[in-house]
Amino acid sequence: MAELKVHIGDLELKNPVMTASGTFGYGTEYADFIDLGRLGGIFVKGTTLTPRQGNDYPRMAETPSGMLNAVGLQNKGVDYFVEHLYPIIKEYDTHMIVNVSGSTIEDYVACAEKLANLEKMPAIELNISCPNVKEGGMAFGTSCQSATLVTREVRKVFPKTLIVKLSPNVTSISEIARGVEDEGADAVSLVNTFLGMAIDVESRRPKLSTITGGLSGPCIKPIAIRMVWEVFNAVKIPVIGMGGICHWQDAIEFILAGASAVQVGTFNFIDPTASVKIVEGIHDYLERHHISSVDDLVGKMIV
Amino acid sequence: MQVVDFTVRSNEPLNDQNHLLKVTPVGDEKLPEMYPGQFVQILVDSSLHVFLRRPISINFVDKKKNEIWLLIQKVGEGTKKICSIPEGGILNLIFPLGNSFTLPEKRGSYLLVAGGVGSAPMLFLGSKMKENGIEADFLLGGRSAKDILQREDFAQLGSLYCTTEDGSLGEKGFVTHHSLLKEKRYDFIYTCGPKPMMMAVAEYARNQGIECEVSLENLMACGFGVCLCCVEKTVRGNVCACTEGPVFNMKELLW
Repeated sequence: MAELKVHIGDLELKNPVMTASGTFGYGTEYADFIDLGRLGGIFVKGTTLTPRQGNDYPRMAETPSGMLNAVGLQNKGVDYFVEHLYPIIKEYDTHMIVNVSGSTIEDYVACAEKLANLEKMPAIELNISCPNVKEGGMAFGTSCQSATLVTREVRKVFPKTLIVKLSPNVTSISEIARGVEDEGADAVSLVNTFLGMAIDVESRRPKLSTITGGLSGPCIKPIAIRMVWEVFNAVKIPVIGMGGICHWQDAIEFILAGASAVQVGTFNFIDPTASVKIVEGIHDYLERHHISSVDDLVGKMIV
Repeated sequence: MQVVDFTVRSNEPLNDQNHLLKVTPVGDEKLPEMYPGQFVQILVDSSLHVFLRRPISINFVDKKKNEIWLLIQKVGEGTKKICSIPEGGILNLIFPLGNSFTLPEKRGSYLLVAGGVGSAPMLFLGSKMKENGIEADFLLGGRSAKDILQREDFAQLGSLYCTTEDGSLGEKGFVTHHSLLKEKRYDFIYTCGPKPMMMAVAEYARNQGIECEVSLENLMACGFGVCLCCVEKTVRGNVCACTEGPVFNMKELLW
């Protein structure tokens, strides 16, 4: 039997397949479709210190092999999460990880502090890469100085596994990855969405209310793979790869490029059972290639 | 909710733009209970320009034949592809999705107003009402006679009234100008169709003090409440049209 277990910081995952924040709700929404316990982990919807209504409609535009979104971190805030959602999701037989976002460093810190006390919250993913909020979000992730500062401050209050989600909208993603590694991040996850836009040619109006939005789906996969490879070669901490993963082959590709684990994102909308199929596909691949453990495959692209 | 492969039992063009697909689960498993106003998400064989599923409302459920009817308008590449699936072809659906219209509990006067392919969920709603012994009035509008779909089916469920913009069927003009609305007093109005039409119907209902439910078709990615793309502004803030809707009482909307 091939070993699917992987480690991210102190966190042991039963397999390397997790679901990306903003594409999987709080897991509950998928309970009709799959056994959530078969996943390595679930990254729940981006959570902020105070409730957010998000951006105006329209928030979505389909694009060739992908989509743009401009949701803008709509969520009910961390207190609502702790009181109403956590009691439900803590019973799931997988790691539930909150994606934390904010407009100021104080927001991030306060939000992380509230989550640090939750017994069954083994990790958080620091979202310094949301392209759809006016203040904060990606602004923190596109400068090395602010990325390191927010990581440093959150690290002080969050003793468990700290994953920092990186923006691809930068000149050198490996420089930022090294910066947050130096501040004590246990892992980095990449990539968040690419800043993009689309225009309706008949009306000449932008397809998104915010004009620009975040591009995701298979169209970004080759760029995401390249960035995972770059970051894998730049840092010692584990890399969690994502960007357009639809099938097990995509996941293996990310692992070969250096990802210790992966997140399935946008494709959950199209096939809500995709994540579990990917777990099975990875297992079969390892058996077929007589590879005893996922760990033996990480970054093992042959050049 | 479930993800199921369906066999296309028939695919009938109703005019140059609309097809009626009757589908049944490949494995013959019994269809779950479904309610008028609910919809399905259809997987389109992926191509460069069609990535997401296409949300389509349930037109009718034939329990005896274990079939779902899907009335599909060819709007873009995705819906064109769905309409080109031959008899015997396979269609993968996520279903049933969304909330449903409030079924009346007592006899009264009910009006179902639709524009164009917005008539799709009204057939299912009308048939459920008929099952409960209620015959509603149907007011269907379109550009031309050929755009008023499934007339024979509607006529079996209650009284059918039509408007066309070119006057080729029923009264000439928009549904909200039909003489019926001046002559008869309704207890409840249900509507589905282009947004300007639904807004005009909702305004009529508001002015008359009549309850009104509308079915929205906001752009959506997932269809089951996780992407948060299809939000509608309501008195409760932004809510997903796919899970909190697609049916809303007009009082909830900021129209």
